Amino acid sequence: MMEYVPGIPLLRPYIDLDNQGFWEGVKQHKLVFQKCQDCGLFVHRPRPMCPRCLSTEKEWVSSEGRGKVYSWVNFVYANAAYPGIKVPYPVVVVEMVEGVRMISNLYDVNPEDVYIGMPVEVVFDDIADDLTLPKFKRSEA
Amino acid sequence: MFDQYLARRYRTTVRPSKEDYLIKDNVAIVGIGATEFSKNSGRSEIQMVCEAIKDAVDDAGLNMEDIDGMVRFTMDYTDEMHIASSLGIPNLTYFGECGWGGGASCATVMHAAAAVAAGVANCVVCYRGMNERSGQRYGRAPGAEQVLTAPNDHFGSIMPYGFATPPSWVAMFARRYIHEFGATPEQLGWVSVVCREYACMNPKAMFYGRPITLQDYMEARMIVEPLRLYDCCVDTDGAVAMILTTAERAKDLKQRPAYIMGATQGIATQGEMMTSYYRPRISGLPEAWYAGQELWRVTGVTPKDVDVAQFYDAFTPLIPMQLEEYGFCDVGEGVAFCEGGDRIRLGGEIPCNTSGGHLSEAYIHGMNLIAEAVRQIRGTSTAQVKDVELSLVTGGLGVPTSAVLLRR
Repeated sequence: MMEYVPGIPLLRPYIDLDNQGFWEGVKQHKLVFQKCQDCGLFVHRPRPMCPRCLSTEKEWVSSEGRGKVYSWVNFVYANAAYPGIKVPYPVVVVEMVEGVRMISNLYDVNPEDVYIGMPVEVVFDDIADDLTLPKFKRSEA
Repeated sequence: MFDQYLARRYRTTVRPSKEDYLIKDNVAIVGIGATEFSKNSGRSEIQMVCEAIKDAVDDAGLNMEDIDGMVRFTMDYTDEMHIASSLGIPNLTYFGECGWGGGASCATVMHAAAAVAAGVANCVVCYRGMNERSGQRYGRAPGAEQVLTAPNDHFGSIMPYGFATPPSWVAMFARRYIHEFGATPEQLGWVSVVCREYACMNPKAMFYGRPITLQDYMEARMIVEPLRLYDCCVDTDGAVAMILTTAERAKDLKQRPAYIMGATQGIATQGEMMTSYYRPRISGLPEAWYAGQELWRVTGVTPKDVDVAQFYDAFTPLIPMQLEEYGFCDVGEGVAFCEGGDRIRLGGEIPCNTSGGHLSEAYIHGMNLIAEAVRQIRGTSTAQVKDVELSLVTGGLGVPTSAVLLRR
C-alpha cells in the first residue's frame, strides 16, 4: 500500500481539452484510452491528432484494464521522492493489452515482489474526495 | 509510415545538402569562462553568469563591446537584457533561447554558430548559471505547498503518482536497459569510478581529492532503484560561458580556436520531457541517435575518428547508452564497453568525460562539458588526451538533445 503523508497535498492531474475524457473516465472508475476512429490506433497519452493518419476523429474506448509491468522503479530515498508519499513506493510503466503504455503505481504489492512482465490489472484508488488515480494490482494471468 | 519513424528511420533524402551546411569549419569557440563550482556560491545566478562571461571574454582576448549575440537556456533564470545591462554591452543584434533542460547545452552552440555563419552576429555568448545546490535542487521534488495542480499535461500525468525526480525518470529507462541486456550494477559502477578518477586530476572539480572504488559504489545507498548514490550527478552552484566567432576572426585571437565541424539537435517522435516510455524500445535514446546521425552526415566523420568525448552524464546509464547511440559500440554493448574502465580512460579507445563530467566535476547543465571539449582541443585539460584532432560533446538526455563536434 502506498502511504500518503497527511498535510502534504498531492499534485492533481492537469486536465485539458485533449485529456479530459481520460480523467473523467477515471473519476467514474473506468479506464479509457483514446482511439482513432479512422485507423484504429490506440494513443496514450492523449494527443490532438492521430500521429499515424492525422485524423482528429477520436473516441474514448474502455480498456480491458489488463497489462504487464514493462518497467518500474522503486523510490527508497526520501529526499529523491515525492514528500507527500512515504518511501518505499514503486512507480511502474504498464504495457496494456491495447498496446499503449501508461505510468502508474502498484496497489497492494510489495516492492520486492515486482518484476518486468508481472501481470497486473487496474484498480481505482480514491485518495481524496477530488482525486482518484488508476493503479494496478497483481493479477493471475 | 509512423511505425517506421518509431523504428528510427533516418530520412537523409529530406535533409539539406551537405554543401549548404554553413557552420562547418566557419565558426569557432574562441573563449571559455567559468566561476568556481561549489555547494553554495553566496551570490546571485546573474552575478555568476556575468563573471563567467567576463572570464570568457578575457580568455578570448576580446572586449565586452565585441559581444553582439547571446543564446540562453529556456530553463535559465537570467536573461540577456539584464546581462547586457550588467556587463555594459552596448547592443545585441542576435539573441535566442534553447529548450529542454540540459538538452539545450550543445544546442546553444549550434544556434550561436548558425547566427555567426549566417552573418547576423559576430561574437555570440552561450551561457548557463545556476545555484542548483544552494537553491532548488533538481534532484528533489518541487514543493507542492502552493501548487495543487501540475503545471501542464505532462507533469499532470506523472506527479500524482509520486514520479517526481530526475533520478527516477532515468531509472525507468535504466531498469529496461538492465533487463534487456543483462547489465550488472558493477558494470555501471565503472562509469562512476572512472569519472571520479578524472575529477581527482582536476583541481576545479567538486570531487577533487575524493576518489571512490567500485566497492564504495556498490555500498552507497540506493536513491531510486535501480540507481545508487554514485549513479547520480553532483548538484552544483556555478556558471559557465563561451564565445563563438568566425573562423577568420578566431585566427587573430588569444587561444587556439576550437573549430566547429558540426552542431546538431534531435527530437524523436513519441518523446516526452524525461519520460519517453511510449516507444517500442526504451532501452536507448533515439534523440541522441538522430543528433548523431546528422552529426556524422554533415561532418563526414565517423565515431572511429573521434579522439575524446564528453557525454552528458547526469546519471551513469546515459554514458553506455550514448556510446551505443553515437555509434562507438553496438546496441546493448555499452556497459560491457565501460566494464573495467580501460576503454574510457586515457589511452583507451574513447576517453570519456575527462574533467570528471557531471558525475564528479560539476553539473552546469552540460556547459562545463563543452568547456572541457574545448580544453581538449587546446591541449589544456587536466586529463589531456594526446594530439586531439576531434573532440565530441553531447547535450542532455531523456529530452530533446544536441551534440557538437569540435576540431583542432
